[in-house]
Amino acid sequence: MNTTVKKTCIVCPMGCHLEAEVSDNGEILSVSGNTCKRGDAYIRTELTDPRRTLTSTVRLCGAGAERYLPVKTTGGISKARLMEAMKALGEITVTAPVTRGDVIVKNFLGEGADLVAGKTVDAG
Amino acid sequence: MEDKKIIIIGGGPAGLAAAIEANNQGIAPKDILILERDRELGGILNQCIHAGFGLHMFGEELTGPEYAGRFIDIVRERGIGYLCDAMVLSLSPDHEVAFVSPTEGFCRIRANAVVLAMGCRERTRGALNIAGTRPAGIYSAGTAQRYVNIDGYLPGKRVVILGSGDIGLIMARRLTLEGAKVLRVCELMPYSGGLPRNIAQCLDDFDIPLYLSHTVTAIHGKERLEAVTVAKVGDDRRPIPGTEEYIPCDTLLLSVGLLPENELSREAGIVLDRITGGAQVDETMQTSIPGVFACGNVLHVHDLVDFVTKEAYRAGASAAAYVSCACASNEGHEPDTAARYLPTEGKNGVRYVMPQKLNANGDLNADTALFFRVDNIYRDRSVILSVDGKPCAKVKKRFLEPGQMEHINLNEDAIAAIREGSTVTVALD
Repeated sequence: MNTTVKKTCIVCPMGCHLEAEVSDNGEILSVSGNTCKRGDAYIRTELTDPRRTLTSTVRLCGAGAERYLPVKTTGGISKARLMEAMKALGEITVTAPVTRGDVIVKNFLGEGADLVAGKTVDAG
Repeated sequence: MEDKKIIIIGGGPAGLAAAIEANNQGIAPKDILILERDRELGGILNQCIHAGFGLHMFGEELTGPEYAGRFIDIVRERGIGYLCDAMVLSLSPDHEVAFVSPTEGFCRIRANAVVLAMGCRERTRGALNIAGTRPAGIYSAGTAQRYVNIDGYLPGKRVVILGSGDIGLIMARRLTLEGAKVLRVCELMPYSGGLPRNIAQCLDDFDIPLYLSHTVTAIHGKERLEAVTVAKVGDDRRPIPGTEEYIPCDTLLLSVGLLPENELSREAGIVLDRITGGAQVDETMQTSIPGVFACGNVLHVHDLVDFVTKEAYRAGASAAAYVSCACASNEGHEPDTAARYLPTEGKNGVRYVMPQKLNANGDLNADTALFFRVDNIYRDRSVILSVDGKPCAKVKKRFLEPGQMEHINLNEDAIAAIREGSTVTVALD
């Protein structure tokens, strides 16, 4: 028997209430409730390989009172590896100056996305 | 310090956008001054390191510092004046701003126009009157966010969050990622005030339970928080006896609403709106004091910074127009047509409408948007814009939630229907 899976779309702040019709063998038969293509793509990924953009901070030195640098992954990484990724961030220290968008780690954890600086910080 | 054409109080997203747009409209960078009380520009966005900003403005998801950074870069490139560590102490009805700063000392300067962009503050435990002791470990969610994201401290290990607004939800995820255990999020109302997607990606992703219609009724612990009592509430939002649970925890975060920070406005004599807590403004964002404009969270609390930016562009443009017009009338030109204000109102589920008044002699057009919030969750309803009871525009909505600000634009029918003494109403069908 087919089952209906309900998910809130997280792609944008609209938060569409998505529904996917899934067959017994896990095949996605139809998607409804989305108002754009990204919602369709989101629930399909979400049901097979859920991914999340990770945002956090890393240690910063050489910037005076500013001791932490906001960072993000440029794309989704496996949701199951978020805590592992947080541990990896704990090992990183960046030295100012740093420019918004600077790549800190290429292909972070081999997940395909880079870890980049979220803020421009002058040396100080 | 010299007098300025435009002084902007607050260097967060609203102040930055207002400054940039005022400059776009012909006010020289040196004639603009942003006064910011923090050590850097960017406001609260600096501590909002999560993604989700900028989808409307830039078509991509930026983090708070990235979003702010784009505007800070423009302000710096153009040489628009700004002063950090500058605390504004007072604003007078004739546009005199008094502030203190470590580099300038105490200053009084005047401006032709002032833009209020002070943002908002969090409601505190005191505002809720939660019974019990006063131990360490109780923070507003935004304070905890600053500790974690700017200062690098984890405020506690076992956390209860009261309030399911976006900051509370974001902090539930943030603390979990940093190694704390978030035991539950309690929400007084039967629905969450946060964006639906934040419930999905901040709570559901980490199996953090959301208890709707629940509140914290007591706080336990002497030096450090030891536990909270949580109880279910009835339709009257009062705790139901016998439903109390004792939850051991070391940290309680309060995410129970934001209040526009209007002490300066109040002292200046600006008329405030009882519901929004911000100034009453017209469609140009002008307050009850001519030449003083307001935008962003000091005007009404927004859920998306993108809308703050758009509102601030309008305020910045209006301030620039006011300055240009004031200069023109000083040179002997006729002053503009006097303003003729019509009230707006929200009815039948619409809690408030901003702007609170429209100038019938102003430039009302199809871009004039009326922003509003509903008072409950509604499904499959229409929003109706009417003038003196006559429906002029109708927009169908599948979902309406208090957590999402909505808007409806004036249309030709509405503008044509507006007469002397009209009332413009936004209501659900």
